Amino acid sequence: MAKSKGRAMQVLANGFIKENPVLRLVLGTCPTLAVTTMAKNGIGMGIAATFVLLGSNIVISLIRKIVPDKVRIPVFITVIAGFTTIVELLMHAFLPDIYKALGIFIPLIVVNCIILARAEMFASKNSVGMSILDALGMGGGFTIALFIIGSLREIIGSGTWMGYPLTRDLIDPAVVMILPPGGFLAFGFIVAAINKFSSLRIRNKEISQGCGLGCPGCSNGNNGGGGQ
Amino acid sequence: MLDVILALLPSVVAGIWFFGIQAALVVLVTTAAAVITEYLMRKGLKREQTITDLSAVVTGLLLALNLPPSIPLWIAIAGAVIAIALIKQLFGGLGQNFINPALGARVILVVAWASRMTTWTQPLTDAVTTATPLGLLKEEGLKAFSYYDLFLGKIPGCIGETSVFAILIGFAYLLLRKVITWHIPVLFTGTVALLTWVAGPEGFFTGDPLYHILSGGLVLGAVFMATDYVTSPMTRKGTIIYAIGCGLLTSLFRLYGSMPEGVSFAIMLMNIATPLIDRYTIPVSFGGEKRVG
Repeated sequence: MAKSKGRAMQVLANGFIKENPVLRLVLGTCPTLAVTTMAKNGIGMGIAATFVLLGSNIVISLIRKIVPDKVRIPVFITVIAGFTTIVELLMHAFLPDIYKALGIFIPLIVVNCIILARAEMFASKNSVGMSILDALGMGGGFTIALFIIGSLREIIGSGTWMGYPLTRDLIDPAVVMILPPGGFLAFGFIVAAINKFSSLRIRNKEISQGCGLGCPGCSNGNNGGGGQ
Repeated sequence: MLDVILALLPSVVAGIWFFGIQAALVVLVTTAAAVITEYLMRKGLKREQTITDLSAVVTGLLLALNLPPSIPLWIAIAGAVIAIALIKQLFGGLGQNFINPALGARVILVVAWASRMTTWTQPLTDAVTTATPLGLLKEEGLKAFSYYDLFLGKIPGCIGETSVFAILIGFAYLLLRKVITWHIPVLFTGTVALLTWVAGPEGFFTGDPLYHILSGGLVLGAVFMATDYVTSPMTRKGTIIYAIGCGLLTSLFRLYGSMPEGVSFAIMLMNIATPLIDRYTIPVSFGGEKRVG
């Protein structure tokens, strides 16, 4: 019992830090860069994606033994599309402001590779309980990453945070940060910082049994530290 | 690098002459900020100090010459930090940057603080807000300045871009010292002249190429920015493609873009295309059938 509980915690925590979908696996970059002009939008997008991920992980985990291998991708996409439609209609009805701000990126959750990746890599191989934890971890990690990037861009680019004015009129905000180039700048800086700190931690721990991140997690480490 | 600094001095002097103490302050602060940022970045990244190669001074000076005289000093400092820290040192220092640092910083500043970067003052007076020759030409089709004023630099604009005369002195010095060749500046401005003449406001061949050359940042960009060794192609053929590309893009931006000026955007785009140009123009090595690259 204790062992399975430990594994459950590990699955839950995985998405937040070790395999954070945006900051470590660099998945779902399109919605990340597009909607994070404000911290509030980041949270809205994160919660919408988490809801879809939760629903799709549960259903795909339930049907994993009856779906033939050859047609699994279309089946997964259909399930994800169903939940995306539910989220879209719900947000349209109850959160019209965020619905308007996110625009086309809500229906585009269907093609968000984080959700398909978790369906393919996790939910189609694990029990319902584990899939729920995985969805919460991954969705939470996605939401936090979007919130961090959105906060940075909003504070520098508009001089506000969560809609509250921070800088008043002391300095003009740098509008470039809420435009597409600023998205790439903020994203690059945050990924670089996370890579820096996690490489420090790994070096301190001196892990002997492999890095445990998997190859996708490492792909950035080689590019980032070129000059050292 | 010392040669480039000497070649920039006439433009600095002209800028201070026309725009006064405020321009001198901008030049001083920007250059100092660039050098300090270079020092701190090298220290922070634990690499050997490179201040003595003077490249940070050149970047600071060039950036200052590309700022309007009325710019708040904190934006000038932010520009110097962006140029050195973000565009130069984070990519590995001198020789590793993929765009000219001063140019990249100017582009980021223009996008970030558009209104501050396009507030112009009348030369030799106390801060009267006005429009640049290119701005007037674009908005109202008005040629408000004589060729003589445009050539000497008695027009509103960035600190170093207005005086074509001063820039040409620097250009002549660089040519004499064999720091740069004539190809990029001449082909760049030549392409702009040809295209602005052909695509004139009242049908073909009605444009005013001389007005386009003398106003805006074209000559400054062609002489000091586009010729940067790091970000321009290595071969003769590549240089020609690069210079004509700069001219073509500049003309397109000036004639059909939403902003009156497009030199910095054009050079930046060609900077990014430089590795590609190099790849296709590097000659076949002697005796071997494979390309060197």
